[in-house]
Amino acid sequence: MSFQAWISEPVNWVYLAIGSAVLVSGVKVVTTQNVVRAALFLVATLGGTAGLFLMLSAEFVAWTLVLVYIGAVIVLFLFGTMITRAPMVRDTGLDNPKARPVAAVLSLLVFLTLSYTTLTAFGSTEIAQVGVPTDTRVLGEALLGRFVLPFEIVGFILLAALVGGITIARRDLNPKEEEERGSV
Amino acid sequence: MADSLVLAVEAGAPNLVAGGVFAQWAGIMLVLPFVAFLLIIFFGKRMKYLGAELAIGAMAIDLLWASVLFVQNMGTGLFREEHFEIASIGVFDGRSLVFELGWLVDGLSIMMYFVVAFVSLLVFIYAVGYMHGDVRVTWFFAALCLFAGSMLVLVGAPNLIQLIIGWEGVGLASYLLIGHYWEQKENSSAAMKAFYTNKVADVGLVLGAILLGLAIGDFSFSAISEAAANHAQPLEAVAFAGGLLLFLGAMGKSAQFPLHIWLPDAMAGPTPVSALMHAATMVTAGIYLMARTFPVYQDLVGGEAAREWMVPIGAITLFAMGLLALVADDIKKVLAYSTVSQLGYMMTAVAAGGYTAGLFHLFTHAFFKALLFLGAGSVIHAVHSNNMSDMGGLRKEMPRTFWTFVIGSLSLAGIIPLAGFFSKDEILATLDHEGYQTVMWIAVAGAFVTAFYMTRAVALTFFGSYKGHGHPHESPAVMTVPLVLLAVPSVIAGFLNIPGVEFGGLGNFTSWVGARVVTIGDHHPEGIDWTLAAYGLAAGGLGIVLGWLLYGRDEETQAARDLFEIPVLYPLLRQKYYMDHMALGLVGFTKGPSARAVDWINTYVIDGAVNAVGGGTRILGRFVYGGLDQRGIDMFFNGVSAATDSAGLAVRRLQTGRVQQYAMGFVVGALVLVLAIAVFN
Amino acid sequence: MMVNQFLVVAAALFALGVYGLIVRRNAVMVLLAVELMLTAVNINLVAFEAVIRSSQAVGQVFAIFVITVAAAEVGIGLAIILMIFRNRQSANVDDFSLMKF
Repeated sequence: MSFQAWISEPVNWVYLAIGSAVLVSGVKVVTTQNVVRAALFLVATLGGTAGLFLMLSAEFVAWTLVLVYIGAVIVLFLFGTMITRAPMVRDTGLDNPKARPVAAVLSLLVFLTLSYTTLTAFGSTEIAQVGVPTDTRVLGEALLGRFVLPFEIVGFILLAALVGGITIARRDLNPKEEEERGSV
Repeated sequence: MADSLVLAVEAGAPNLVAGGVFAQWAGIMLVLPFVAFLLIIFFGKRMKYLGAELAIGAMAIDLLWASVLFVQNMGTGLFREEHFEIASIGVFDGRSLVFELGWLVDGLSIMMYFVVAFVSLLVFIYAVGYMHGDVRVTWFFAALCLFAGSMLVLVGAPNLIQLIIGWEGVGLASYLLIGHYWEQKENSSAAMKAFYTNKVADVGLVLGAILLGLAIGDFSFSAISEAAANHAQPLEAVAFAGGLLLFLGAMGKSAQFPLHIWLPDAMAGPTPVSALMHAATMVTAGIYLMARTFPVYQDLVGGEAAREWMVPIGAITLFAMGLLALVADDIKKVLAYSTVSQLGYMMTAVAAGGYTAGLFHLFTHAFFKALLFLGAGSVIHAVHSNNMSDMGGLRKEMPRTFWTFVIGSLSLAGIIPLAGFFSKDEILATLDHEGYQTVMWIAVAGAFVTAFYMTRAVALTFFGSYKGHGHPHESPAVMTVPLVLLAVPSVIAGFLNIPGVEFGGLGNFTSWVGARVVTIGDHHPEGIDWTLAAYGLAAGGLGIVLGWLLYGRDEETQAARDLFEIPVLYPLLRQKYYMDHMALGLVGFTKGPSARAVDWINTYVIDGAVNAVGGGTRILGRFVYGGLDQRGIDMFFNGVSAATDSAGLAVRRLQTGRVQQYAMGFVVGALVLVLAIAVFN
Repeated sequence: MMVNQFLVVAAALFALGVYGLIVRRNAVMVLLAVELMLTAVNINLVAFEAVIRSSQAVGQVFAIFVITVAAAEVGIGLAIILMIFRNRQSANVDDFSLMKF
């Protein structure tokens, strides 16, 4: 497909808009010197990603992303930031200046490798049906049919994460307090 | 193994049958002593006789089994070979070398089974009395079982490889048992000397076995015998070298000159060991080997040429070693030199082509030599000394020992009608028939020397007056009963092989040991050649007479005889004196300078050479240890470890503990992999 | 729409995540960068699903799993950072180099 044809489709304008938003937010996540702003820029990135998902007919995944990631994970991040008393104001010490050149080169290499690979592999593959939604029932049947085992395991993982998180982050009670509370 | 039987019949061998269940399971005989060994090791100390019961029980069962086989072999010969393939190597042209273990039941091996079991059982019983109170009785019987089992493995081996295994086993047992009293340095040195000398000879054995085995691609004796009988070209090509190398191996084990040096020193071991191993069984392994591979020496040109070298060595051993027995004070050394000399007889006989003659002498010698050793042990036990200068006049106190010892000596001297006469006479007949006249006369002279030193030994030990300090008394029944039991075959075993005499349909010794997979074409005389017999008897008688004249008289009896004879037979007495002078003069040369010279050669030249080899090996060992090992190899390894150390120190620095650096490494690695795949695809 | 346009965006996000992973000093920031990388993976999965349109929406199911596991991982990661902060009063990854030679 030639660039002309591509740019003339309205879908691709939407794509360009959302895509650039995602990229800009992503850059800001890793470059900003303010911790809270980094988290909020991640929110923006994730939001843009949700939009991309909608364009790819993955509605359920898009809203799951919004709910779980933005709704819970980011909140968790903000909590973590608060508790570790990270300076919430501009802090030049957030980056490791010595590592910047190496990291830049490395990430550039990664990007080039990945994109070269995908471009050569999928040069002309098109997404055939735009705008055809994915039936959630299909997802549900898949999750509880073919992928029931991973589903259960993931549930188990979440349980383990829950219990583990509590155990790890619990304040160690000194012996007197333990006896008072009668807990292990 | 029906194929071997068919081939045997084709080769014109006598009718052989496969035997029944005793032949099929004969391997139990080989295994039983090792089972006894293990049981003795674990339970011996707790038993009443400290493990001897297990040894005696095992040997008794083996003797019964061997006797059954012996009886079955009379009449129609037995042949059965059982083996189990352990491993095989595909070598060339699609053939493969197989490593098999198993057992062979034929005339020769049955005879050996019987001899080993019979003498072993009696020696074990004797040892219960002799070793009583010894510090290591249990281990002694365990080692004896190890020996008996290895000897049976050796004589029952269906192929050269198993024979070598048994050979080394008896060598090990010999080392352990000679060094039984290792608290004295000379005893452990004697054990080492025996082991080293045998090791030198084993080079020949192994090389010879490899040559013969690789030539025809099969190590089994059936294959070698058949290939030899058919004059197979590959075997013919290696027959001379292989035959001589095998003989080299036999020289070590059977103490032929110049590898005989270990046997006199092996007397450092307990007397039952000397009786069993260094008289009756282990030292006969070399003779057995020659007999087992006899077709190679008989049917192949190269083998016959090898025999030309074997005969002189046997002859030298026969005569020269006998002379050494004349100057020995230790009664066991006398018997040891006598054994070497008799082994020379056997080897000369086999080398001259007398398969049956050599084996018959092996058979009879086992009985009377074991008897002589056990008798000597009985005397030693009573007198607490090995030296004949501490003995004398013991015939009164130890009658049973005395009479059995005399019977053994007479048998050894070849006096008719004892066993030794028939076997020695057959050797003389073989030598005469095969054209070795000179060697025959040497053998006759050897008979003279044999009788002479044995008479000396008997006279010094049992006659005259007691020169020692203790109160010797007869040994307990557990020791004298085996003496009597050994005296029986020393007397009657000769009748088993009177030339021309067979026992009804049962054959005689000749036909029994002739039951082989191929016919042994040695000469069987029709009857006794009385001329030769006369020579042998005359030589033996002369030896006895002269020995008695020289050693049989003490001052006491001489004075008495003087007093008695002077008034009546003065000139005759004088004549006796002249005879004395003549005897002294005649014997003087033999006894004095010649024997001393041989002794000197023995001690300084031959022992010196062996010591030099030992010293040289020690120097080499020091060099290898100091130079090669410590400096060369150790430095190499130290260097390697130092390099690993510093490499480790360097690589350590990768572990910075910083997660981000690890992540960086991770990403770099992934990128490299992707690029590699992209480039190489 | 070409599938590549999404894949390139995902690649870019992934690269940005790598950059952030290496450059950032605060442990929480590092976790944020990891989240970026996981998002990039999700975009890839969903894009491929849009291409093959399997009958069971395999790519999307996988994407859901990734999201779930990422959430669990963030929970644990933050709990660990919390513990370390409590012990060492610092959230600076440069200070967490105890597991070195």
